[in-house]
This record gives sequence, C-alpha cells and structure tokens, in this order.
Amino acid sequence: MTYQWDFGPILQYWSLFRIGLEYTLGFTLASAIVGMAAGLLLTLARRSGWKILSIPAGAVVEIFRCTPALVQLVWCYYALPVVLGLSLSPATAALLALSLYGAAFYSEIFRAGLDSIDRGQWDAAAALGMTPFTMMRRIIMPQALRRMTAPLVSQVVLQLKNTSLISVVTVPDLVYQGQMVASATYKPLEVYTTIAIIYFLILFPMTQGARLLERRRHG
Amino acid sequence: MARAPLMIDIVNLSKRFGRREVLKDISLGVPKGNVLALIGPSGSGKSTLLRCVNLLETPDSGSVTIDSHTMRFGATASRHRTNSMAAFRAEAGMVFQSFNLFPHLTVLENVMSGPRFVRGQSRDAAERIARPLLERMGMESFADTMPERLSGGQKQRVAIARALAMEPKVMLFDEATSALDPQRVAEILSVMRDLAQAGMTQIVVTHEMSYARDVADTVVFMADGYIVESGPARQVIEDPREERTRTFLKHFHMGKA
Repeated sequence: MTYQWDFGPILQYWSLFRIGLEYTLGFTLASAIVGMAAGLLLTLARRSGWKILSIPAGAVVEIFRCTPALVQLVWCYYALPVVLGLSLSPATAALLALSLYGAAFYSEIFRAGLDSIDRGQWDAAAALGMTPFTMMRRIIMPQALRRMTAPLVSQVVLQLKNTSLISVVTVPDLVYQGQMVASATYKPLEVYTTIAIIYFLILFPMTQGARLLERRRHG
Repeated sequence: MARAPLMIDIVNLSKRFGRREVLKDISLGVPKGNVLALIGPSGSGKSTLLRCVNLLETPDSGSVTIDSHTMRFGATASRHRTNSMAAFRAEAGMVFQSFNLFPHLTVLENVMSGPRFVRGQSRDAAERIARPLLERMGMESFADTMPERLSGGQKQRVAIARALAMEPKVMLFDEATSALDPQRVAEILSVMRDLAQAGMTQIVVTHEMSYARDVADTVVFMADGYIVESGPARQVIEDPREERTRTFLKHFHMGKA
C-alpha cells in the first residue's frame, strides 16, 4: 500500500508548467480588468434611475451570479457561437465567460460599497454644487474604494481559482498543462500535488494581504 | 421702512413622497439680510422645505428663487439638467445636523473642496479662501486634522466654513445644533448669530426657540406640510395667534430674553 512519490519526471516538464502558469495569471489579470470595468458599468447602469438600463443590467448580474461558472464557460464556447452565428476561439470564450462571471460579483461589491457611503456625504457634496460626476470622483469613490479593496481582492482570488475551469475548453492553463504532463509521465498524484502547491504559493499571500487590508479598515 | 428686496422667494411649492403630501402649496419670502426660523413638530415638512430651497429634494411644482436665479418645477416647466441644478445649489450654503464632513479629507481640504472641485480653482487659490474662514471659525490650528478627531462643535464649525467657502448668497441650517452637547450648542448659535449680524440671509430649521426669538426676523410655524402661522419672531414665539402653535411651543422651556 505504499506509494513511491517521485517528483523527478515532473520537473523535466517544468517549461510546460511555466506556460500553464503564464496562462493562468494572464487570464486572471485580463478577466479581472475586463470584469471590473464591466462590473462598474453594470453598477452605474443599475443606479442610473433609467429602467431601460437598470433592468437589463440587474438581469445580467443575477443570471451570472446564479449559474455556475463552469456551465457559463461551456455555454459560451459551444452554445454562444450557435446563437451569434460566429465562432469563438477557446481563449475568447474563456475570457468572455470569466469576465462576465466576475463582473456580476464585482458589480455587487461596487453596489454594496456605494450603498455603504452615508446619505449625508451625497447631500453635502450636492449642496456645495458638485455635479454627479465630480461627486463620484472626489467624494464618494475615494471613500467607497477603501471599503471595497478587501472584497475585491477576495474576488480576484476566486477569479484565479476559477481559471482552472478553462482547461475544459482546451486553454492551456496550469491545470490543462498538468493533464498533459500527467498523461506523459503517468504520475497524476505528483502532478496535481505540484499544481496545488503552485496555486497555494500564489494565493496564500493574496488572502493574507486581503486580511491585512480588512483589519486595517476596522482597526 | 422700505422692504428689502427678497433674497429667497418660494412660490406655491408642493412636494409629495409617494402618496404622502409633505409640502402643500408653500409660499414664503426672505428679504435680503434677514433670518427666517422654521419651527414645527417632526414630520411637519420643515426640513423638506429647506432641502427644496437648494434642490436636494426636487419640488413637484412651484418655483424657488435665490437672488435673481429662478428654478421652476411642475408639468409646465422643462426638466432641469443635473448641471444647472448643481449650479443653483452652489448659490446656497447648507449646514446639516450630522455635519457630513468628508472623512477622507483633512479639515483644510474639506473647506477647500467647494472652491477646488466645484469652481475648479487651484489649490493655492482655494487655500487662500479656506484659511481665513478656518481662522474666523477658530479652527485654524486644526487645518491638517482629520474630521474624525474633532468634537461635534468643532465639526460643525468646519462644516460652516466649508459652506462659506463657496461664498453663498444664503445659508441654510438644518437643525445644525440638534446633534451637539448642550455646551456646544451655544458656540454654534453664536457663530450663526455673527453671520446674521454680518448680513447673511438665512433660513434656520431649529428647535432652539430662544435663538429663533432673539435672532430671527421672522418665525414660520409649520405642521402637516403647510404654514400654520408666520410673523415677527417675538410675536410668534411669545404670543402666537394659532392654537396649534401655542400647543407646540408649550413643549419648550425658554430662558428670558
């Protein structure tokens, strides 16, 4: 019953892991940026006071919040091209799905952050004669961003973990590359242990950083 | 005595929240340099009326004039753009019960926020406006302090300086002393009194009846969204004509003038 752990063969494929890591980090970064931008637009649309914007934006948020990321990803890759009548590359479909999934959650974080700002702050800024744009930029956002930093970091952590799903549509991320190495070496236990360690080494500092930010906010 | 021209003119103002009518066809004017005190039970509409003067609440109908700048509301009036409403608000300074200082800015930056962010003035120009105001409020030594470290009375003095930095034509006080310790109330009232003596037109929503009596020119008693009684301050406070005013004033203990 004793299994002989042997990481030797794995290390020979280190360059494959490196490519996988680059894809994982690249997709995390890209989907976080696109997702936050889309999330901000969704939040502004929901708060615009115009039903023609707020209702669709609210619907998008709820649809993406209430379906699994894996289902969205597979749907974007296989079903969306049929609906739109154009084909999406695996990378495009993956980026689209991850970004929109993230956008729904980022939008919720932005909404909660803005709602947490006291009514009196809006009143005082408006009473001075600030336009809505100036008010947002100078008074509301600087305060809201401070409160949103920790939840945003947590969401990016989730986002990074969710990139492991894109292996399903053959984007060569860390997990996909791991599968390649596993089938080449017949050492899946070592491969998945290695992958787990890599994820942990990236994410642990991030979660600690988020906790620190959270503590500083309450401290 | 010739009547001073009206600095604030409210005509046929109405406002409802849902089905509730909060302001029912209110008209009143404040001559230049006068202080008008709005008194009445909570829910009478006095704070809503004050917030309508600088459009923090958008009236459903009627008009508000500050100096010569008129905003009309209602079915026949065109919808106002947010930027023109913002420009109108800049004409009036407002001081709130809960101070509403900007917590991420220092005391000096709070006072500079109007000139800088609304008028687009440079830091230096804004500072040249803000520093003397802080001095006038006795707060110059707190210029670089964050608002959270101030007492209530100090916060309110900074809030008054912040409003004055926009060089408003009128000042609106919304229960500016209600959140303060009794010792601090007098200090803010004396600032408001100084402003009145300097000729600043004011509308003051207040529960300080002796202040209303001694400093205001006119007192308006509101209940259920309409004006029950208005008149010279001393007369309304000491010898009200209306039964409702009398009942309301019985709840207040007033020192001798």
